[in-house]
Amino acid sequence: MTESFEPKIVGFLCRWCSYAGADLAGTNRMKYPSNISSIRVNCSGRIDPNLVMKALALGADGVLIAGCHPGDCHYTNGNIKTLRRFKLLQKMLDQFGIERERVRLEWISAAEGEKYAQVARSMTEQVRSLGPLNWQRKVELTA
Amino acid sequence: MTKSKVAFNWASSCGGCEIAIFELGTKLVELSNKIEIVFWPAIMDYKYSDLEAMPDGNIDVAFMNGAIQNSENEHVAKLLRAKSKLLVAFGTCAYMGGIPALANTTTRDEIFANSYKETPTTVNPEKTLPQTKVQAKEGELTIPEFYNTVKTLDQVVNVDYYVPGCPPVGEQVGKVITQLVDGPLPPKGTVLGASDRSLCYECKRVRNERRIGKIIRTHQTIPDTQKCLLEQGIICMGPATRGGCSAVCLDANMPCRGCYGPLPKAIDQGGKMLSALSSIFDAQSEEEIEKIAGEVVDPIGTFYRFSMAKSLMRRTKK
Repeated sequence: MTESFEPKIVGFLCRWCSYAGADLAGTNRMKYPSNISSIRVNCSGRIDPNLVMKALALGADGVLIAGCHPGDCHYTNGNIKTLRRFKLLQKMLDQFGIERERVRLEWISAAEGEKYAQVARSMTEQVRSLGPLNWQRKVELTA
Repeated sequence: MTKSKVAFNWASSCGGCEIAIFELGTKLVELSNKIEIVFWPAIMDYKYSDLEAMPDGNIDVAFMNGAIQNSENEHVAKLLRAKSKLLVAFGTCAYMGGIPALANTTTRDEIFANSYKETPTTVNPEKTLPQTKVQAKEGELTIPEFYNTVKTLDQVVNVDYYVPGCPPVGEQVGKVITQLVDGPLPPKGTVLGASDRSLCYECKRVRNERRIGKIIRTHQTIPDTQKCLLEQGIICMGPATRGGCSAVCLDANMPCRGCYGPLPKAIDQGGKMLSALSSIFDAQSEEEIEKIAGEVVDPIGTFYRFSMAKSLMRRTKK
């Protein structure tokens, strides 16, 4: 089953750093898996925990949140707010029974195309080895 | 003038919503000029067969409180739906699962094991667990099936209106009944008897700049009665919760626990509260943030105390 399974990962990338980093990986023709569907947001601080949970509940196998390195945020401290939310969200997702590897927070700057490719590779492999999340089906099966 | 036919019924609930209707007091007598109660098992001897005997659509407005936790709840919900022109999810349990939906953090097997085997006061040497069918000498005896996952009323039948509250506050209940009986009817799906703004607008406490350096639980302190509870480090669900209750818990120096449910455009109350709370952590570094986040003892039980069945995730993975 794991051989044919291609994980679906939703990536929320901040416009100023991580999305530009992903762009750089592309323009440099770096090879990385295409499993991350990226969504550009203005700041990682805009990512409501509900967006992460909605993605998981509606069929994503993993969620990547990526923003500027601490200190580099275009809006001064949006990424620190993300970090605060992420730490508490992580604790709550533990309670829901969602493995930590499925939801990751990474700091990727506009110059770090290689880091984006690296994160895409490692996250895709980790989620692939965990298998499909299939949240809605699980909820229905345990009704 | 013909009176409107009204029914009240309960599913998996504590009975508090029935008391909320009694809270109307003499207003209930005044209302009796307009309404005729055709089904209300909590106060009078009605049987399900009375409901079954009615023609479809016979009841004008039916109020159902309680979550759907077993096959009886679901059966009656469907029956009441068929017999009623309007069906109202009355109270937080019918609306969002309420306290019973915290069972979605565990499983039927764990609940049975705890209730019938593990508690110190239980004497059950044969380890008997509830069965839906059992053969007795009188014949086959049955009880409803207990569900693994608690559902809201609108997850099993079509619901016209919602009235939040654990329980809904008395004055709102009177207004809702009058509104539904006299009209004009609001659009289907409206949340009635509540405000469209957050509870903080009704709260009289003083807010300064919100920053939390430490989470304090209600049993660890006696809070200042004038200051915002969040500023005192107590988790108050006010920012993520609909108003409408006049902040009665805050008058009793207790934090809001979120029974009026999410604000109109929020898809998930718990996620919104998690977001509101963690963004005001007074911490910059990863260690400081982890320390404060670690002080939130039970995130699901705190943020989804009343809305687990209606949340995005709906239950934990077991």
